[in-house]
Amino acid sequence: MSTPFYVSPQQAMADRAEYARKGIARGRSLVVLQYADGIVFVAENPSRALHKVSEIYDRIAFAATGKYNEYESLRIGGTRYADLRGYTYDRQDVTARGLANLYAQTLGTIFSATVEKPYEVELLVAEVGATPAEDEIYRLPHDGSIIDEHGSVAVGGNSDQIGSYLSQRHRDDMDLGEALRLAVASLARESGGGERELSNDQLEVAVLDRKRPQQRKFKRVLNRQLTALLAEPGGGSAEGEPSESADEAAEGSEE
Amino acid sequence: MAANSHDHGRLPAAFLRPGSSSFMDFLTEHAPERLPNNRGLPPVEGPLEAVHGTTIVAASFAGGVVLAGDRRATMGNVIATKDMEKVFPADEFSAVGIAGTAGIAVELVKLFQLELEHFEKVEGEVLSLEGKANRLAAMIRGNLGMAMQGLAVVPLFAGYDLDRDRGRIFSYDVAGGRTEEQGFASVGSGSVFARGSLKKLHRADLTEEQIVTVVVQALYDAADDDSATGGPDLVRRIYPIVMVITEDGIRRLTQEEISEVARAVHEGRLQLPNGPQAPIV
Repeated sequence: MSTPFYVSPQQAMADRAEYARKGIARGRSLVVLQYADGIVFVAENPSRALHKVSEIYDRIAFAATGKYNEYESLRIGGTRYADLRGYTYDRQDVTARGLANLYAQTLGTIFSATVEKPYEVELLVAEVGATPAEDEIYRLPHDGSIIDEHGSVAVGGNSDQIGSYLSQRHRDDMDLGEALRLAVASLARESGGGERELSNDQLEVAVLDRKRPQQRKFKRVLNRQLTALLAEPGGGSAEGEPSESADEAAEGSEE
Repeated sequence: MAANSHDHGRLPAAFLRPGSSSFMDFLTEHAPERLPNNRGLPPVEGPLEAVHGTTIVAASFAGGVVLAGDRRATMGNVIATKDMEKVFPADEFSAVGIAGTAGIAVELVKLFQLELEHFEKVEGEVLSLEGKANRLAAMIRGNLGMAMQGLAVVPLFAGYDLDRDRGRIFSYDVAGGRTEEQGFASVGSGSVFARGSLKKLHRADLTEEQIVTVVVQALYDAADDDSATGGPDLVRRIYPIVMVITEDGIRRLTQEEISEVARAVHEGRLQLPNGPQAPIV
């Protein structure tokens, strides 16, 4: 019987982290920005059916990059957790912080367990509050650490570069159109410094809109509305319910 | 309380396991004791004293469907609540009204709402109206054991079918038997009187405003002859709950809107106590 090679814990963890990071880097990036009326999620995602951004509960949404089957199972787990908790107690007892902690524990346990391979995912959990100051955004890398973010966040392959591009230009009081155009401009930047063209059908966009009258604040921004928001000239003032006002603003500008 | 003990740990394996998009299925597997149907009841003699909700009516019109309910809840011959809510939105395009044991009914509605929402979130699309109606049938069927002990729940389900572009109404029996109703339907102790009223007043070509008046008239007639159904309470400003469901989604009439209709109906009754008269032929 052969003696196993000794591998130091530092080395083992570094190897696992590198493995996970490489997996995540293969995926396209995703950005989340606060804007005046909520939080907007923009992902590069050519698929119509396999989502990177999803609703978890009334004010809480989930976004992820990396390996689809892994973050999909975490998404469904989170939905089950939120629904069970809301059913057991009350809808207001479901919080992004609780969910983020649970994800952190889950990812951390998987990362440190030597029998399982680490998940190649990076998650974002966001909750829209009554005011911008009460918005919460948590970023969860593959190792189960948890980072409380504000303003703008990028995750995925090219996230460092995109993140710094965003942080220089982002303001909390942007309207939805402005925030969306900034997000798309940031995603279009190549790691080499060049820019790519991103068409609307390559984008997955969703918002947590605090002005939405329904209890559930999550809403996908789809074709016509997305085109309208992206086409809007810089400095436009689309406010309130994005679906109507944004459409009207864009229709006005076409004439 | 299996779920609570995991709140500070990682997600339990059951949460991450691939499986059904149904919240009820998940609950059955993970925490069966939380299901309202899964409670063992000791054998009881005679009817159990519990709060009961009474009359619910539904009627379709050209643009959709309305669902409405009175506000009275009774326990034996005592009025337990004067402002109970028995009509609830199930999701964006459907509503459910419940007659029967209030405690169980409200819990079933909560679970039904969650079931629809959970499916929508997990699958990324909404259930068909037919699918929603069937899910509700399964839940009522699950309650049969308690119904046999006197804790019956009988819902009325109405929604806008986006595939067929029209409102539809489904009624149920205690065993979960599901029937699609044409035009109008009612459940609860005052339902026979409400149905007679709807039969005389309902027409397929009525507008939204007219159909709202029709269901309020029907509830007024039910309250007239059934002691467990409450009429509009003009003194306390408690009026029926009315949900209107069209292709734009569900909308609960505001207090101002419904008070206007209820007062108009009441004014009419001061002249004609039996309500509007239908032509003889």
